[in-house]
Amino acid sequence: MPLDNVVFWVFAPISVASAVAMLVVRNAVHAALFLVVNFFTLAVMYLLLDAPFLFAVQIVVYAGAIMVLFLFVIMLLGVDRGVDVKERLVAQRWLAVLLAVGFVAELFFALRAGIGFATKAPEGFDVVNEAGNTQAVAEVLFRDYFFPFEVTSILLIIAAIATMVLAQRKARVVTQAELDARASEPVTDPVAPAPAKRPGGGVTA
Amino acid sequence: MRTPIAYFLLLSGILFALGTVGVLTRKNALLIFMSVELQLNAVNLALVAFARMHNDLTGQVLAFFSMVVAAAEVVVGLAIIVALFRRRQTVDVDDARELRW
Repeated sequence: MPLDNVVFWVFAPISVASAVAMLVVRNAVHAALFLVVNFFTLAVMYLLLDAPFLFAVQIVVYAGAIMVLFLFVIMLLGVDRGVDVKERLVAQRWLAVLLAVGFVAELFFALRAGIGFATKAPEGFDVVNEAGNTQAVAEVLFRDYFFPFEVTSILLIIAAIATMVLAQRKARVVTQAELDARASEPVTDPVAPAPAKRPGGGVTA
Repeated sequence: MRTPIAYFLLLSGILFALGTVGVLTRKNALLIFMSVELQLNAVNLALVAFARMHNDLTGQVLAFFSMVVAAAEVVVGLAIIVALFRRRQTVDVDDARELRW
């Protein structure tokens, strides 16, 4: 059995299992960690498909930056177990599973009729990647797709500005009465531990 | 490279279907968002597999663009979720269906 076949059959079940686990766990932090596992297995798939540059990008951007952002937001919203978990649309869940199974079956038959399950990747990809995959991708990116690449930078700037606008709190006018009330409040001991607070909603699905 | 390309495409389809199930069944906006990420990644895998199948790097470049757009999408989407949480103290999408204020 060739080695890349072994790698595929080790990592493909892990990939599917982590995706299923992400769907069924209750805790959002656990779901995020299962998603990280899934991203790593997909990175291995990129390696199998002779795309080492995307392998590195997948780990750095997805498993690194994006998942840290997700976990950061989960932390911001707080961990809660008291969320109403009552199912309001029971039929929708089974309908969704049915549709997913139907989609996969359809894809299976389409693939079998189309390219077939015996078709191996053609030889000659190392000619395309001759100077190294990163150099070859850079050549295509900066020669054929230079304008879309530049547009992407505008998109990123717009996204950054939009986030700042969406996430900022609006400044509120403070009246003199509020200032007086605040001044007359008893000063709390800054060393004393804060009272235990119930966590906010957001983490339990 | 001995693994048939169709296996990668089928894996991509399975992951996409699982992501769709997540979007359709989860109630937490964050979990829905993670499922969308799963779908995006499944499509990226299909793109890279097609690039290998046709000996053409355009598929890899397209997957790269898709990752960049996904990063921007995550940033804006999470900001929307945080803004929603600030206003309603919950990220349950069933509680935010009035489509106003």
